[in-house]
Amino acid sequence: MTYLTIDHVSRHFAPHLTLGEKIAARLGADVETRAVQAVTDVSVTVPRGRTLGLVGESGCGKSTLGRVISGILPPSTGTVLLDGKPVMTGGNKTTTRVQMVFQDPFASLDPRMKVGEAVAEGPVAHGLTTRAKARDYVAGWFARVGLDPALADRYPHQFSGGQRQRIAIARALAMQPDLLICDEPVASLDVSIQAQIINLFLDLRRDLGLTCVFISHDLSVVRHVCDRMAVMYLGRIVEEGATETVFNDPAHPYTRSLLASVPELVLDADDLVQFVPIEGEVPSPHAPPPGCHFNPRCPFAKDICRTEKPPLKPLTADRFAACHFAEEILAGAAT
Amino acid sequence: MSPVLEVTGLRTHFHTRAGVVKAVDGVSFKLEQGEIMGLVGESGSGKTVTGFSLLGLVDPPGRIVEGSVRLNGTELVGMSERDLRRRRGREISMVFQDPIATLNPMFTVGQQMRMALESHGSISGRAAAARSEELLTMVGIPSPRARLRAYPHEFSGGMRQRVAIAIALLHRPSVIVADEPTTALDVSIQAQILATMRTLATETGTSLIWISHDLAVVSSLATRLAVMYAGRVVEEGPTADILRRPRHPYTQGLIASLPAMAEPGAPLTQIPGTTPSLLSLPPGCPFAPRCPRATAACAAEPVLTRDGTRAVACFHPAEPA
Ligand SMILES: Nc1ncnc2c1ncn2[C@@H]1O[C@H](COP(=O)(O)OP(=O)(O)OP(=O)(O)O)[C@@H](O)[C@H]1O
Ligand SMILES: Nc1ncnc2c1ncn2[C@@H]1O[C@H](COP(=O)(O)OP(=O)(O)OP(=O)(O)O)[C@@H](O)[C@H]1O
Ligand SMILES: [Mg+2]
Ligand SMILES: [Mg+2]
Repeated sequence: MTYLTIDHVSRHFAPHLTLGEKIAARLGADVETRAVQAVTDVSVTVPRGRTLGLVGESGCGKSTLGRVISGILPPSTGTVLLDGKPVMTGGNKTTTRVQMVFQDPFASLDPRMKVGEAVAEGPVAHGLTTRAKARDYVAGWFARVGLDPALADRYPHQFSGGQRQRIAIARALAMQPDLLICDEPVASLDVSIQAQIINLFLDLRRDLGLTCVFISHDLSVVRHVCDRMAVMYLGRIVEEGATETVFNDPAHPYTRSLLASVPELVLDADDLVQFVPIEGEVPSPHAPPPGCHFNPRCPFAKDICRTEKPPLKPLTADRFAACHFAEEILAGAAT
Repeated sequence: MSPVLEVTGLRTHFHTRAGVVKAVDGVSFKLEQGEIMGLVGESGSGKTVTGFSLLGLVDPPGRIVEGSVRLNGTELVGMSERDLRRRRGREISMVFQDPIATLNPMFTVGQQMRMALESHGSISGRAAAARSEELLTMVGIPSPRARLRAYPHEFSGGMRQRVAIAIALLHRPSVIVADEPTTALDVSIQAQILATMRTLATETGTSLIWISHDLAVVSSLATRLAVMYAGRVVEEGPTADILRRPRHPYTQGLIASLPAMAEPGAPLTQIPGTTPSLLSLPPGCPFAPRCPRATAACAAEPVLTRDGTRAVACFHPAEPA
């Protein structure tokens, strides 16, 4: 059963120019007047209790999409539905069923509020607990994310990066959401605490049917927790499918390059690892290249890739890709 | 040759109403010119506070209560704020874990980079813009010139992180403390940053302290590794040796928790027990309550003991390879 439906969602950001800049631009000066196309025509669905991984280049629109799904940012066009009902109407969020753990936990915590109060605030306002019981309620969530409940009376600046990240996770979970958008939720945790948080997500998914959208640059974590994954490039989904399928046999050239750059544990001191970034310049989101956005960096690009935008089309039973030559690439016949 | 940076017996404590938080409690290490040292460890173990202490950036109620930090032979502990400020950015700089700490929301990125450049001597607007653009290009920001005019909130998380790296590199300092500098970056841009950092170290002799939870990244970049637990260094040595044959039980637990060590979807191994409170640390080895090998001996405090290239603070360390 589809729980989350993302239907043709786009989001752009217009530049805010000063009057002087507008005039300068008119006169032909080098002023950026074009909008940033952060997310372009994204459609994907997630069944209840499943986890969708969202990966892709820095700046490709993952957080923007996450904020649109959570009803924090209205889409420019398109809709997001939860159980068939829109997350936003008239620019306002209509539900508390979806919560987001932000990429930057410090920015999302009020520096003047004790962290325990920050966690209790939402649940008390929405009747999930009472003022009187709030302390115990918060303590329960602190314990689940591996924080000493005695720390609830401290202020955000008194915590380390990873501790703040866990406070942000506790705050989102304390709202007992059905859908959780996690933006880099384990990026600043050591691997043992990371394991504890991931185990917690796995438990919540099993016991409560929690649905998750999991944004992460750590592909080993994505592989571990996500049923399906969507790979974004410059605002669009270029490949989407069952996680193992995509990892074992990526169809889109961008996915292939991305997976090839994943660092591995080096256990031999004489092994000087070469760091291989994907070749070519990261294109500007102000002026994406025509045709397939990836074509200037793609080893397989042909003429058609420079003129025609490949649609996201079903490729095998459990995977979609947006590449003119995806079949050839899978067959190992692309040149 | 004498080390660029020599830290001895560093202790940084926070005097809070609830008691004394011993965030850093006996950290010593040396950093040679052009050396990259990885600093890993439990969340909350004092890595960031160690970095802050090196730059003299610990705010009250925190204070360096003991120890020495020598940079190019000069003692930094106890130095006046004015003298420290002259060195910060130019001799030693830090990429902060929290990019908000570097970037002011009120100014464009270009203005902030110019202010950073001007803080150590006058520079023309044109030269400042050129140097800023050069660095944004180096860290892989597309359309760098247009981006100089943007405000921090208009950048993605990873772009802000790269701006913070660019600012730390502006003055070509001899030591850079990079605190989780690539957590918000995709693997391709991360590779570009890592390549840039290695070039800095090998070609210009910049020394780096690389704080990270990503053991794969640390293993490919850092030749030496220090592992922290509860405010102290519990293990230190050549990176590959430690990862292959960890000696301290905490390091062993850490490596066993890697997702790569488990089947997809299966529960991951985690170190049993919880992080100790730094407020009320019992005497003895701080890891003992969670340690599978703890004995009565562990009621005493283990000291970091060197054996060849490796050092470990444990009464029952695993044998090195
Ligand atoms: N408020 C805003 N105003 C203008 N541009 C914005 C704004 N928010 C995001 N952008 C732009 O939209 C694009 C996508 O940003 P987003 O934060 O969604 O990327 P991301 O995929 O989350 O990247 P990262 O992995 O680095 O966090 C970027 O080019 C960014 O500069
Ligand atoms: N201003 C403060 N007041 C009280 N305690 C503090 C303060 N700043 C930090 N601490 C405590 O000092 C300890 C060390 O913090 P630090 O930020 O150095 O950890 P870290 O190793 O960098 O962790 P992480 O990997 O999560 O970033 C933590 O337990 C933290 O709670
Ligand atoms: Mg983001
Ligand atoms: Mg830290």
